[in-house]
Amino acid sequence: MSESDEMRAARIRELMETEGDAVADGTRGFNAGRYESVADLDEYEELKDGARAIKEDAIGRLPELLDRLEAAVEGNGGTVYLAEDAADANRYVREVVAGKDADRVVKSKSMTTEELEVNEALEADGVEVVETDLGEWVLQVADEAPSHIVAPAIHKSREGIAELFNERFDPEEPLETAEELTRFARERLGELIEGADVGMTGANFVTADSGTVALVTSEGNARKCAVVPDTHVAVAGVEKVIPSVEDLRPFVELIGRSGTGQDITSYVSFLTPPVASPAVDFDDPDAPMADGAIGGDGAGDDPDREFHLVLVDNGRLAMREDEDLRETLYCIRCGACANSCGNFQSVGGHAFGGETYSGGIATGWEAGVEGLDAAAEFNDLCTGCSRCVPACPVKIDVPWINTVVRDRVNRTDGAGEFDFLVDGLTPDEEPGGLDRTKRLFGNFETLAAWGSRTAPLSNWVADSAPARWAMDRWLGVAPERDLPEFERETLVDWFAARGSRVTADDARREAVLYPDVYTNHVAVDRGKAAVRTLEALDVRVSVPASAAVGSGRAPLSQGMVSTARRQAERCRDALVPELERGRDVVVVEPSDLAAIRREYEKLLPEGDHERLAAGSYEVLEYVYGLLESGADGSALGDGDDEGGAVNYHAHCQQRTLGLEGYTVAVLERLGHEVTTSDTECCGMAGSFGYKSAYYELSMDVGEPLAEQFGDDDRTALASGTSCCEQLGALLGRPGTHPVELLDPDSPDQ
Amino acid sequence: MTRRTTAAFEASLDGLDVGRTRTTPGGFEAVLREVVRQPAVGVPLPDEGLSLPASVTTDATPAELADAATGVTAAALGIADYGSVVLPSTATGAEQVSLFPPLHVAVLRESDVVAGMPEAIERLAPLLRDDRGSAVVATGPSATADMGDLVRGAHGPEEVHVVIVEDDEGTRNGTVDSAGDETSDAGEGGTTGSVDAGPAGDGDE
Ligand code: SF4
Repeated sequence: MSESDEMRAARIRELMETEGDAVADGTRGFNAGRYESVADLDEYEELKDGARAIKEDAIGRLPELLDRLEAAVEGNGGTVYLAEDAADANRYVREVVAGKDADRVVKSKSMTTEELEVNEALEADGVEVVETDLGEWVLQVADEAPSHIVAPAIHKSREGIAELFNERFDPEEPLETAEELTRFARERLGELIEGADVGMTGANFVTADSGTVALVTSEGNARKCAVVPDTHVAVAGVEKVIPSVEDLRPFVELIGRSGTGQDITSYVSFLTPPVASPAVDFDDPDAPMADGAIGGDGAGDDPDREFHLVLVDNGRLAMREDEDLRETLYCIRCGACANSCGNFQSVGGHAFGGETYSGGIATGWEAGVEGLDAAAEFNDLCTGCSRCVPACPVKIDVPWINTVVRDRVNRTDGAGEFDFLVDGLTPDEEPGGLDRTKRLFGNFETLAAWGSRTAPLSNWVADSAPARWAMDRWLGVAPERDLPEFERETLVDWFAARGSRVTADDARREAVLYPDVYTNHVAVDRGKAAVRTLEALDVRVSVPASAAVGSGRAPLSQGMVSTARRQAERCRDALVPELERGRDVVVVEPSDLAAIRREYEKLLPEGDHERLAAGSYEVLEYVYGLLESGADGSALGDGDDEGGAVNYHAHCQQRTLGLEGYTVAVLERLGHEVTTSDTECCGMAGSFGYKSAYYELSMDVGEPLAEQFGDDDRTALASGTSCCEQLGALLGRPGTHPVELLDPDSPDQ
Repeated sequence: MTRRTTAAFEASLDGLDVGRTRTTPGGFEAVLREVVRQPAVGVPLPDEGLSLPASVTTDATPAELADAATGVTAAALGIADYGSVVLPSTATGAEQVSLFPPLHVAVLRESDVVAGMPEAIERLAPLLRDDRGSAVVATGPSATADMGDLVRGAHGPEEVHVVIVEDDEGTRNGTVDSAGDETSDAGEGGTTGSVDAGPAGDGDE
């Protein structure tokens, strides 16, 4: 490993050891809760579409909405300040606080104020700033940064918090249980809130028509911060504005479910400040708090109240103009993308974050508000598995944002010393100096072609000790991983020699089996099995050499967008004529199908993408369709062999595309008893697990899979190449592609 | 509101472990005396037909607010799907009274229970936009899992009890809940009959 890889690996190892367990418990719990909660929600997809449409509309006409909001808040008797950047926002907040002669500000949790570093700015003026969200307060006491946008102290265990409190506050009886810790915090913070001069909150949504600030919380501290002191300062990014009160609906139903897996959080406050609630002066404990207002129940203003809405730009209006980053502004900061992320589940936000934001969409936020440097640091941890895509309540394509940022980072890095090592192997369109490891994996297609041509020599060389050392040292390829073994005879060669076994007259359908790089050069057996399986169902199959081109998936995962685009165009040029001849495209490797169905939307003209997406099928999806439409499956391998019980891990992208069910249905139809994996991701995600710096993390992410499947000796099935390899590393026996079970000529059958 | 909506609301409350008592306007005061724990603070109810018993202090000082075991406020709506109550802020301090004491008692007219969030937001919109009012959709007690396990009463109440007041005699529809009828006839004396048996009782313990 290079020195920087070594440091990165060490940091990740340390976080896995110290924070990994707590983060895993928390995030996996939230994630499971999300599945459960959205399952009960009729019209979940419609709600997400609705939420997205509202955000698209709001960001589209943001300037106009900001004007309307300002008029509404000022009409209510409050003040709006549009701050250009962090310094501007902090200056305004300090003025407000100084104007009240405030000694203490109480705050509820707000990532935007973390971004601005408001606390530090106020503390420099000698003001005491107290975080009243329990998790946030723990961090304030411990002097640590949040590691999750929703549950900031998710990385801390109960024991850790007890130790911290006992040491810091030295209570008469040592605190131990969650109950005792919560009581203690409640009492202490309660007193601090009661004596505060200014209350500060964030805002989840702000409605332009009424100036209503929506706050989603469970503890009640935000409500106290907003109504106990007579002055309320709400700080929100400009992207939080939505047109009207009615637009709150989908968000209220989605935000809790997406984030913590609760149907709704305890309190969803709609405050239209200055609020009618009387300010409570605990320094004057015996004067009626409603101050003579008793008897009224209307919403008239308390004349003593003051309200300031600070709307923060800090890079957001520029993000609005940035075609690829704009979507980030639709984010409602629920944290679902972090919770559903295999890598985040293992290391949490202290590894998976920049200066402020962490996990999933953090890269987009960091790139937009802090700059590329902050975003670059842990952008690598996104494997592009796409499990966050269906989790996001506003349907943001988080992996795409990560890819784009990775591309931009690639282009700003300086030239390296060992570029010559990969230059010969990398006929790409990327700038010199692009990280060598990325370039190697981004050009796997070229490597594979060379590997097959020179096999078995290439395999022998690649596996030799000096080669492995050099690959680790200069190319960042993990020495622990078995390397793919290239087959001398590619799938295309095999098929060209063999020819089709179904005549055009007998054919139920005609299909092109897409010879993806892996199937063509490495996992040739699964390609042969696919051909024989389709033929057994009367499909006339072809495997044309012209289609043996990379889909662009490999360069895409390295952030090499222009190389990916060029490959996508080549792939289109090869496959569209086949579609025009009335053939279907059948894809074995799920990540290639994901490129065609998902990412080509960003890489190809709309018509081409739609054409390819509609005409391409995952191999077991296709088999399912054939069997459903009456094909005779009796020649296929069935579950009578080996007892028929199998374990199946669906590839992450396959699940995002909703394809897992087809494989399970086909296997069950053929008499197999199928147990499916519970985990989001195997941890390998293409090239990720090959990288020296991430090998251990990759194995840690795979741990739940090993736990679930490791105890029996059933056949372990996986559709993705990398999942099969990861299963091999985790279980000590390689995974098998399901189509090999169906293969009528399989030696097992 | 249909009986089915109320039944769904009650089932949601049970799922949240929120106590509930069904009563009639006539039985209301007695039920309240039974449900609140002393000392109790409250705010005047907007519903003409309902008033708080004298044992609930309605003109609370900050000291009384801090010491209260119970806070009683009106709920403008109940949301059946979630078991939420919608609590409008008032100049009389409804926000504070519903938030500070460890037990919050929400008083809700059965006719104000709506099925789901779309109806609730629709009913709330005029309050927020035209009257520039504020409200909180409160679902169950205050809670946190920040200290390692789920704990109730993080900053707000650790217990919530909803008193559902049936509509006046004659306007009620649907099947007859015998307990409710007895109570309305028995007036102040008949409170015990109005407290539902079973899970709803949990909140009282
Ligand atoms: S990107 Fe989507 S899933 Fe991630 S925090 Fe934002 S809204 Fe939630």
